[in-house]
Amino acid sequence: MVTRVPHHSVRPRRRLRLLLASGAAALALAAGSVVPGNPLAPAPSEARADDGKTTLTVAVAQSVDSLSPFLAQRLVSTSIHRLMYDYLTNYDPKDNKAIPGLATAWEPSADKLTWTYTIRSDSKWSDGQQATAEDAAWTFNKMMTDEGAATSNGSFVGNFEKVTAPSKDKLVITLKEPQATMAALDVPIVPKHVWEKVGDFSKFNNDKDFPIVGNGPFILTDYKVDSYVKLKANKDFWRGSPKFDELVFRYYKDQDAAVAALRKGEVSFVSGSPSLTPAQSTSLKSAPDIKVNDAPGRRFFALAVNPGARTKDGQRFGDGHPALLDQKVRHALFMAVDRKTIIDKVFQGHAVEGEGYIPPRFGDYFWKPAEGQKLAYDPAKAASLLDEAGYKKNGAGKRVGKDGKPLDFRILCHATDPNDKAIGKYLQEWWGEQGIGLKVECLDNVSDPWYAGEYDLAFDGWSVNPDPDFVLSIHTCAALPAKAKESAATDNFICDKQYDELYRKQLAEYDPAKRADLVKQLESRLYDTGYMNVMAYPNAVEAYRTDHIESITTMPSAAGNIYGQDGYWSWWSAVPAAGASSSGSSESGGSSTGVLVGVGIAVVVLAGGGLLFAMRRRSTAEDRE
Amino acid sequence: MSSESTPALRQGAAGVESTESDGPAPAGPSARSPRSRSTAAYARYAAGKLAGAAVSLFAVLVTSFFLFRLIPGDPVKQMTGGRQVSTEQIAAMRREFGLDLPLWQQFTQYCGKALTGDFGTSYQFRAPVIDKITEALPATLLLTGTAFVIYTLLGIWLGARSAWRNGSAGDRANTAFALTLYSVPSFWLGLLLIITLSVGIGPVPGLFPTGGMESGDTEGFDRVLDIAHHLVLPVVTLVAVEYARTLLVMRSSLLDEMGSDYLTTARAKGLRDDLVRRRHAVPNAMLPTVTLLFVNLGTTVAGAILVETVFSWPGLGGLFYQALSVPDLPLVQALFFVFAAAVILMNTLADVIYPLLDPRVGR
Repeated sequence: MVTRVPHHSVRPRRRLRLLLASGAAALALAAGSVVPGNPLAPAPSEARADDGKTTLTVAVAQSVDSLSPFLAQRLVSTSIHRLMYDYLTNYDPKDNKAIPGLATAWEPSADKLTWTYTIRSDSKWSDGQQATAEDAAWTFNKMMTDEGAATSNGSFVGNFEKVTAPSKDKLVITLKEPQATMAALDVPIVPKHVWEKVGDFSKFNNDKDFPIVGNGPFILTDYKVDSYVKLKANKDFWRGSPKFDELVFRYYKDQDAAVAALRKGEVSFVSGSPSLTPAQSTSLKSAPDIKVNDAPGRRFFALAVNPGARTKDGQRFGDGHPALLDQKVRHALFMAVDRKTIIDKVFQGHAVEGEGYIPPRFGDYFWKPAEGQKLAYDPAKAASLLDEAGYKKNGAGKRVGKDGKPLDFRILCHATDPNDKAIGKYLQEWWGEQGIGLKVECLDNVSDPWYAGEYDLAFDGWSVNPDPDFVLSIHTCAALPAKAKESAATDNFICDKQYDELYRKQLAEYDPAKRADLVKQLESRLYDTGYMNVMAYPNAVEAYRTDHIESITTMPSAAGNIYGQDGYWSWWSAVPAAGASSSGSSESGGSSTGVLVGVGIAVVVLAGGGLLFAMRRRSTAEDRE
Repeated sequence: MSSESTPALRQGAAGVESTESDGPAPAGPSARSPRSRSTAAYARYAAGKLAGAAVSLFAVLVTSFFLFRLIPGDPVKQMTGGRQVSTEQIAAMRREFGLDLPLWQQFTQYCGKALTGDFGTSYQFRAPVIDKITEALPATLLLTGTAFVIYTLLGIWLGARSAWRNGSAGDRANTAFALTLYSVPSFWLGLLLIITLSVGIGPVPGLFPTGGMESGDTEGFDRVLDIAHHLVLPVVTLVAVEYARTLLVMRSSLLDEMGSDYLTTARAKGLRDDLVRRRHAVPNAMLPTVTLLFVNLGTTVAGAILVETVFSWPGLGGLFYQALSVPDLPLVQALFFVFAAAVILMNTLADVIYPLLDPRVGR
């Protein structure tokens, strides 16, 4: 006869089991998967150490949009193209001046309309064929004739009349108008014999056949979407082989996770997107074997003022505040902004106070306002300017116009950028003291109100290239939209006759010194208008492991950044640390400890499981009594 | 007393169960006509559910077109932001994407193509949307699927035990532990796991990779192990955050069964407590859990955006986020459709399966 054992007699054991079960549940889970996971993991770095191969691993967050140089728009993709393909010219890491790339020399004709490039004879495609002027001519012609091939770099050939290759080493470009930027054609030159087989350029992503034929310092060997991009050193590269054998861009979608990977040594370099946060850089500074590179960046961060949106033919649209059309008001607003506080409190020291339009790292074009011209922080002067402009304070301390309406502005802010929000708070305070109201409108996507001209002020910023032509061109009348609210090249609807005239002159000036002078005059004019007020040049804060990388070239080399350079200098020049392969093995040491601990946990869990099982059997036996 | 008596009792128990679930369906020729009637009823029921699903799917197809056009922002401007582009390039891209057409024309084109299974080309990746989805789908299914199996089993098991020992210290500890984890933000838990178990802290060495799905330098079986190694932390995170739901549903539905007469009967027959629970109580308490299970299964396709981001898992969740931020309309529409379709499909499947689990449904 079967008798049920009274409840309470088994209860204590049951309770223990239940507790064990719930507590161990998570552990069991983890460990359960460790069992298959760990003893296995043939520590990847060990393999590397065995054949002595050195690998430089870079953490990236941005997905590759396309590996086709004709389609790629994103920084990660264009940076990789710099490594895969040689461009006609490159930029000297010392001073950003144009230096030879695929072309060894370039010169304009007397009428300024024809440029002749001499193509080097020692550049080979990775499939063995020689890279020639014919490849370059074909690349440019393709972009000029096929809309799909003009997607990413079409702007470079907009002014080209004709491109020919009269011989293997001569490339001739004929222009419609003089253009001073011909040593700054940032266009990857592709091998004609490979690319002429491509059908639809607007859909070909160049990511199926590996290795991809190229002639840059690295050859792309493998790519897995959002997992990694692998490149190997091009030993035959004409400037010399890179020092690392392999370069891997590994995906870390979360910046804190990337920083963790750097601490662990899984990656050698973290750039952050666009920069490490002050908290991250502070914590990494005290970490062993990690160097934080806090370098002048290539961006400016500005307060843009809506000058009244309009189309090319002068049709007005948008709703910018009319008070802002008064230069005095614009100057007063900027003079009430304490830039030093913004650098110290918002950027926490990781930025440089703004002056001219182009950041100081581009020494040739950097311009500062003269003493009398400078709109320095001066709240008293700002107040008197506003008085002069006819906006007096009323009894309640609010500035009112002649129509009796209070001065209230809106500022467009990027909801994704915490700096925008923080600075917005400061502006509310500073301008509030002046009697001016400010509404900070933070949006995920600011482009709609922006292109509709529906804003008074906006936070604005651009990355500047070694050749400043593009960031200057976006403030010309020619960049205005053809139709109201249509997207166009313009940044902030600025259209100023004097500025346009200077812009036209600099583009046609082939003498570098004279052109630099014209560019500075442009910056001076832009500064005076008060439509683009540069508040800061944010630093690029990056970090790398000194036990992986012994040395690496920054750009500018004196004090500059590493990721997203104009050129391939950083990865090409990086020297593996003496312990780089052994750093791999220390990593693998970590993994083998990992294996041991994993096995340990597995054993504990199995034992625990066994115990549970045994207890269960026992209680069953009791049940059967 | 003898051990042979147990199998006999088990059969008995099974007998009781089958009578329970089959209901009053006496054997014999006369039983045929009600049975065929119930088959016809079931067919009608299932057809109704399937038709409903088809209507829902079509509604989703239409909604997805208009819904994402409400997102502010011009895809072309967003994609070329910060780049050196001319007005001509921008116009050419708008033309290429068909964004220059009137809305109704975009809509008819979209519907026409979508009905043939062509969701168009992604703006940002310049690849067929279907390719992008099939590329990321396996990673997502691996992650969320593994987590789903584990948290479902764990939730049912712990939920059943909790309910059975309702009110005990074990039950309270168990439920409190699960609820604590449930209320933890997944990305935060993920980061903690990375810092402790991946980087290593104090005496704990780094056991797992900090992110990604694979190292990329292994092949064959090693690759499987490598992926499994990468899978551990994200799955643990997902399970930890998710299993409470199953646990609670299982616990409460089992509690509802606890006082039932059939359990008293089973006990009266002298069945072991464990057997009473496993054979009698749990199967009857499963129905609400099965509902939840199918709902969860439907959402596994959508991935887990936060966990995928923290662990840099190359899945659909991350793809959806990228698609939304442009907005990459063809991609975001197709993903929305696929996510919704998965939920609709699973719900329909649940509806169709219910009557088989519990004949009271669908009559």
